[in-house]
Amino acid sequence: MGPELSRENLVNAVLALALLAAPLIAVALDEPFYVTLASRVAILALAGVGLNLALGTGGMVSFGHAAFFGLGGYVAGVAALHGFEGSHFIAWPLEIGGSEHMLVIWAVALVVTAVVALGIGAVSLRTSGVYFIMITLAFAQMIYYFAISLPTYGGEDGLSIYLRSGLPGIEAEDPLTFFLVCYALLLGVIYLLHRLVDSRFGAALQCARMNPERLATLGIAPFPVKLTAFTLSAMITGLAGALFAELNGFVSPAMLSWQLSGEIIIFVILGGVGRLFGPLAGAALFILLESFIGGLTDRWQLVLGLVLLSVVLFARGGVIGLLAGKARHD
Amino acid sequence: MSAAFFIEQLLNGVQLGVMLFLMAAGLTLVFGVMGLINLAHGSLFMVGAFFCSWIAGQTGSFWLGLGGGFLAAAAAGALVEVLVIRRLYDRDHLDQVLATFALILIFSELARWVFGDRPLYLDIPPVLSGAVPLPGGGGYPAYRLAIIGVGLVTAVGLYLLIARTRLGMQIRAGESDREMIGALGVDIRTLYTAVFALGAALAGLAGGMVGALQSVQVGMGEPVLILAFVVIIIGGIGSVKGALVSAVLVGVTDTLGRVFLPQLFGLILPPSEATSVGASLSAMSIYLLMAGVLAFKPKGLFPVDA
Amino acid sequence: MRNGYKGAVLALAAGTALGLGVALGAAQNTAQAANLKIGMITTLSGGGSSLGIDVRDGFQLALNEAGAGDVELLVEDDARKPDIAKQIATKFIQRDKVDILTGIIWSNLAMAVVPAAVKDGVFYISPNAGPSALAGKGCNPNYFNVAWQNDNLHEAMGGYVQDNGYKKPFILAPNYPAGKDALTGFKRYYTGALAGEIYTKLGQSDYAAEIAQIREADPDSIFFFLPGGMGIAFMKQYAQSGLDVPVFGPAFSFDQGILGAVGEAALGVKNTSQWSKDLDNAANKAFVAAFQKEYGRLPSLYASQGYDAANLILAAWKKAGGIGDKDAFRKALEEADFASVRGAFKFASNHHPIQDIYVREVVKEGDVLTNKIVGVGLKQHANAYVGDCKM
Repeated sequence: MGPELSRENLVNAVLALALLAAPLIAVALDEPFYVTLASRVAILALAGVGLNLALGTGGMVSFGHAAFFGLGGYVAGVAALHGFEGSHFIAWPLEIGGSEHMLVIWAVALVVTAVVALGIGAVSLRTSGVYFIMITLAFAQMIYYFAISLPTYGGEDGLSIYLRSGLPGIEAEDPLTFFLVCYALLLGVIYLLHRLVDSRFGAALQCARMNPERLATLGIAPFPVKLTAFTLSAMITGLAGALFAELNGFVSPAMLSWQLSGEIIIFVILGGVGRLFGPLAGAALFILLESFIGGLTDRWQLVLGLVLLSVVLFARGGVIGLLAGKARHD
Repeated sequence: MSAAFFIEQLLNGVQLGVMLFLMAAGLTLVFGVMGLINLAHGSLFMVGAFFCSWIAGQTGSFWLGLGGGFLAAAAAGALVEVLVIRRLYDRDHLDQVLATFALILIFSELARWVFGDRPLYLDIPPVLSGAVPLPGGGGYPAYRLAIIGVGLVTAVGLYLLIARTRLGMQIRAGESDREMIGALGVDIRTLYTAVFALGAALAGLAGGMVGALQSVQVGMGEPVLILAFVVIIIGGIGSVKGALVSAVLVGVTDTLGRVFLPQLFGLILPPSEATSVGASLSAMSIYLLMAGVLAFKPKGLFPVDA
Repeated sequence: MRNGYKGAVLALAAGTALGLGVALGAAQNTAQAANLKIGMITTLSGGGSSLGIDVRDGFQLALNEAGAGDVELLVEDDARKPDIAKQIATKFIQRDKVDILTGIIWSNLAMAVVPAAVKDGVFYISPNAGPSALAGKGCNPNYFNVAWQNDNLHEAMGGYVQDNGYKKPFILAPNYPAGKDALTGFKRYYTGALAGEIYTKLGQSDYAAEIAQIREADPDSIFFFLPGGMGIAFMKQYAQSGLDVPVFGPAFSFDQGILGAVGEAALGVKNTSQWSKDLDNAANKAFVAAFQKEYGRLPSLYASQGYDAANLILAAWKKAGGIGDKDAFRKALEEADFASVRGAFKFASNHHPIQDIYVREVVKEGDVLTNKIVGVGLKQHANAYVGDCKM
């Protein structure tokens, strides 16, 4: 698909602009809460964009992406704790302390999630279909129970981040600045993925999803391609987790729970599987439902359930599919 | 450690396993026949427990309650199949996961709406209350023995149903070739509804029986659901025999892990730390078991389409 | 292609609606101006919702009785999720400009919300959760807990078990911070030998393996902290085990809202609580009667905590002549000049209660299971973290 103004590209552009406009309007009206809400949308969308690479492009239905989301969050939390206390994460043989530098935290979050995802992926990708769904769920549950009983880092109570980390010359404590950082990351990652999907690697990955035998006859083994995509996908979700922890000033095992894995899947499907901006549309709709209906009734989970069900049954392409017509691939 | 203690723990493991089997049997049948992954199976477990305790509370009879819970879960299953699930058979697993996730939310809020916010109460029937003495000292709750009995009878019943009856033949045919049985003149829609309702009824039965041992409340189904998934994955999805073997394996692993891991760590760590580390590791034990099995047998212990 | 732009127009409309929503929210906000605005974040849906509902109802009852028309109470459901609680708190503080936050039931949610909220200059009055992190090093001048510090009820039980000559208790709790605090709190006041100590999985519903271990250890008493459904499951299974060892625990597993679900298995169990419906003081009698009349059920521990939280706030608000002068309001809160349903009540220097903790026994009144006071566990008890709190 070239750069010409297709219907989906137009929808995407409007979505991206709307997400940027909402907090700017909010600041103009002195309503900082909506800036926070927009940051939440951007971050959860980023988590969904990560999953979408595995799930949409690669056809790997991971029901355990909360593991990576939570790990990223814990990296931010643990770094902030040690930075705040001036203590060390590891004292020997290397001195590794905490950090209040955002880039360092991002880098560590990326590395940690990459390592864990390589391990989980190497085992899980031996399976496929429902087995893959369930084994990723099982790994996430293991990490969840591990975090709950981890006394050093708060266990079930979680960890507070008293001071948001910063970038040189950028004051991320300011809600709008923090939003812009998240927004820039979201668009940057979407752009990179767009390039990736159009690359040779992307072609191989899509082929691995649709016709692995054919890929093998071309002399490319599907396993390393899928493992790479799975790991990249986990890293993006992990980065989102680090941002989410910074946004909330808090990380807890709830970020690792299987319900959260479900929610990330919801963002992807609600928006439209395999579509670049699908997770953004999905996350935006989810957050709007959650915060507006949640304010109106205690039974909002019932409403949410009905909405989700209707999307699956009647709007198969998700929100973007509704707005932009036929699916980009199939 | 006495022999009686070991026997008691083994029985505990088997009892947990048998209960998991009731849940897993439905899941694995539905997957084997219709190719559907159903996250809302835990909600049917909850429906069984709620109706069982509500009817038992109204009538004073546990047995009426148990029957009612069984039927209510079957009815709820049939209703959901006709309204929603039916539309999901030719969708991919992703749509199925999301739609049945949505059903969990809907079931939970409806249950809260109908039965209120407080946990319900369900008493063990007087016939089965108290403990039965074990050889070598100690005792074992009669009610838990009864659960083991019901589970084993169900397993045998399911085997006979699948191996010996017309319905069973259709189920087996459906597992091996879905287009084929339509051609044989079987009303496939009714068959699917029946299989789904049967799975739901077994979940409801498990819910009703377990309801007397724990609190009947919203959200009680999900932890059991996840365990049941672990069971069918280890056993091989679609295999009822695999579900039985793996349910008992998971039940025993979980129980023995909880008991012996803390003691094992007690040999090298101070007591307070040992119990804590042991407890953490035992919470992960069945997931480790599952990862281990899948690493060597990616389609479970009893692969259906090997 | 003509039709191709329909989607874009729709998306644009959605974007505009979002902006409009922001503007509308803002307009709505400036329209109403109450003198005192309280934001309540509590659990109203899913498992554990009965606790939040009781806190809310108790709180609302106190507001109704005071006829406080110039107090506005906003209530939202956190669904027991830390990030949702945090989001609601942000909304209450930034959009609704509340003066006070309250309502959180669970320690992990409190830890997500409280440190940032008090940093923003909002008061937080806790009607339940009292994690040690907020009582010791993390204490704050704007944070008050009206209920208890998390360890309190366990400490009182430890003392009671020791004083009554038990020599070999078996203790168990879930493997998470509050569970560890519970057993530590128990052992702070029970200093003898233990028959055994177990941490169970959080959310576990089958205790057969643990009960067998208890049987094997042959204890003379059992102390457990298993909140919510875990405690119900444990008690029901324990009753079937053929074991007959006296059971002790904090009030959470034996309170009014939950006793019905535990059933007869709870009869005779001793539990510790800072409140009981048979406490003999005028405020409590009026509260129990009014709550029953308003809601048609007996009040629980949580309802009493919500009621006390509201009355504390109202008393301080009256005394300080509003909340404009935050220092005066804080001072008035510290004086805690209100008629608590527990009788004597004052704050320790770390803003947690100094109060009597009673020992109650589960009894049957007619057909209803309920509690009656049989003794005092600890008199005028504060908490172990007062010394760690510098403010």
